[in-house]
Amino acid sequence: MFGHKHFLGLENFPREDIQKIIDTAFEFKDVLNRPIKKVPSLQGVTIVNLFFENSTRTRISFELAQKRLSADTVNFSASTSSLKKGESFKDTAQNIEAMKIDAVVMRHPAPGSSKHLTEFIDAKVVNAGDGTHEHPTQAILDMMSIQEKFGKIKDLNIAIIGDINHSRVARSNIYGLISMGANVTVCGPANLIPENISNLGVKVNYNIDEVIEWADAVNILRIQRERMGIGLVPSNREYRRLFGVTSERINRRKKELVIMHPGPINRGVEIDSQVADSDQAIILDQVLNGVASRMSILYLLLGHKEESTNEG
Amino acid sequence: MKVNKLDSKVLLKNATIIDPLKESQSKADILLVEGKIAEIGKIQELDVIKTVDCSGLILTHGFCDLHVHFRDPGNGDKETLESGSMSALAGGFTRVCTMPNTQPTVDNPESINYIIEKSKPLPVHIHPIGSVTKGQQGVELSEMGLMHQAGAVAFSDDGLPIQNGLVMRKALEYSKMFGVPIINHAEDECLRADGLMNEGKVSTRLGLVGNPSIAESIMVFRDLKLAELTGAKLHIPHVSTAESVKYINEMKNAYDKITAEVTPHHLFYNDKHLENYNTNLKVAPPIRDSLSREALIKGIKNGTIDCIATDHAPHTVHEKETTFDLASCGLIGLESCFGVVKRILADEEGVSLIDIIKLLTISPRKIMGFDNNLLEIGKEAELVILDDEERWNFQEKNIESKSKNSPFINQDLSGRVKYTISNGQIATSS
Repeated sequence: MFGHKHFLGLENFPREDIQKIIDTAFEFKDVLNRPIKKVPSLQGVTIVNLFFENSTRTRISFELAQKRLSADTVNFSASTSSLKKGESFKDTAQNIEAMKIDAVVMRHPAPGSSKHLTEFIDAKVVNAGDGTHEHPTQAILDMMSIQEKFGKIKDLNIAIIGDINHSRVARSNIYGLISMGANVTVCGPANLIPENISNLGVKVNYNIDEVIEWADAVNILRIQRERMGIGLVPSNREYRRLFGVTSERINRRKKELVIMHPGPINRGVEIDSQVADSDQAIILDQVLNGVASRMSILYLLLGHKEESTNEG
Repeated sequence: MKVNKLDSKVLLKNATIIDPLKESQSKADILLVEGKIAEIGKIQELDVIKTVDCSGLILTHGFCDLHVHFRDPGNGDKETLESGSMSALAGGFTRVCTMPNTQPTVDNPESINYIIEKSKPLPVHIHPIGSVTKGQQGVELSEMGLMHQAGAVAFSDDGLPIQNGLVMRKALEYSKMFGVPIINHAEDECLRADGLMNEGKVSTRLGLVGNPSIAESIMVFRDLKLAELTGAKLHIPHVSTAESVKYINEMKNAYDKITAEVTPHHLFYNDKHLENYNTNLKVAPPIRDSLSREALIKGIKNGTIDCIATDHAPHTVHEKETTFDLASCGLIGLESCFGVVKRILADEEGVSLIDIIKLLTISPRKIMGFDNNLLEIGKEAELVILDDEERWNFQEKNIESKSKNSPFINQDLSGRVKYTISNGQIATSS
């Protein structure tokens, strides 16, 4: 049983349900490795992908997950939307729902917007990133990738490196990883880490070398200049020197360090090419796990309950 | 002033040694070997090449000034690192921090390296301060991390106050990673407007546009609160108003990473001295009224103010020999510093000599994290030898700076630097 109508975020999301999503995702990953990668689980289900913000990999990943599950999908992006013609968010959402759809996958620049959407429509809502708030499907695929690599999540040392302030990926990962029993340290420029982040149960360390030494895996975030407004990161070369996961830093470490990145990568800034392309990096595994994770979430939300015990 | 390389063995004989760190005073000799302290005590002259007779003189830590302008790179007509270091030696300073408002701005590690490399052979230890924002524009943060790694000891936009509170907050947060202070010239540009001197009775009489003291204190208050919020180190330069002293005093009770400096000229003068439109007294922040001056002195006595800094700001003759409104802001202060401070604080206000020495030595060194334990065997000799009782009239010929814009010319000063020893060299005053 999966008792959630929507999938909006991982804050206060029960640990056993996170585990169930991950376990189900591994079953779908087996499907993705078959010659015929499609199952009929969501036949007859209609899903709208509502993207008010540019996205390449998340949108494709969701669309692919939906197609693998045999759902009917419609894509809607801001550039073609009626929002440009002055229609309100609420009217847009209700007009789309009036066409009898079952679920909406939404990305929107405003924090809280997916929660907001659930107040206007009866369809199920999956948050594909709401501004700087949460990106829960990304956190699920990150945790799935960690479990795949280590066989567990509990008690691992996981570092999240970069702009924590503006990162929905960081927030969802923190909620999820803490819930799953991992030790989490955030690392990045002090002016991009909220002073009170430790209230979420994470440690703060501005010293990248110490963090790399401590961690079993590092999740490296992209520096998002477009979200900063004023110039908080002085230059790419300074960022690389202070926080870059460089080949020099990785070579200094004796043990293997698992390298993760949600993409898109700024090579030579937050991560060196040699590191991103190394055997320690599971960045491309994360991408495939993203499709499996999203299949799992959509299936658990939309699949018929009587099927949920024998799917594989 | 003569500057010579130290002989391999130099005996400083019969000195009264004041150690501001250990708070001790004793009569002793000091033997320097190859520029380092080899022995302290009663020393028999053996194969000493040179003896300096220090009878009746005070020997103490070389002075440290964390606020000077050496105009290098870019304005060699006003000052250079070389001429600035001569000016410092004449004033007893062995260590200074240079402000980044040069041409171009010191806002990158390459400029920090330039100053450090060019300073290496000089007798005075020169530490560059990097800018907080690129080009001191108050918008984008400079490469503080790379500058810190290259040797920057603090960050400041100097004469261009950071107006945007968010930029100031983010700069303080960023600087926290390096543990060095942000120094913000505190002045609200809108309130200052076109103010030329302190706003008050004198400005009204003289017909000069006033710069109100609240333009400073309101910004000091903002910076103090932002420092407390962010947990960063804040150093407040050239405090000039009574309200600023009050706010600093109050914040120091709540938050301990706050330090403040005051200049000799704000201690010496008040705005009545501007009656003859002396452009050498045009300075930012302006010379305030006598009540503010008294508050600064009180702030020194009760520890609200941590140290003296000169804000040595050389300008050419043509920048000062003009009408008051057009004249550049700033004055030089290294050569006259000790004589001014000793006269005001000791002779007129009864502050002890050792407390004055602390304001010029261990306090500024502590703010910048420099070594403070100088009177130790094996340490490089970084010393000043003073006649604390000499009364003298400060003259233009006593100035080693390339610029002569001192308001202290022809003033009677009390206490004089006789020798300064630093980086293997000894300066002898003439």
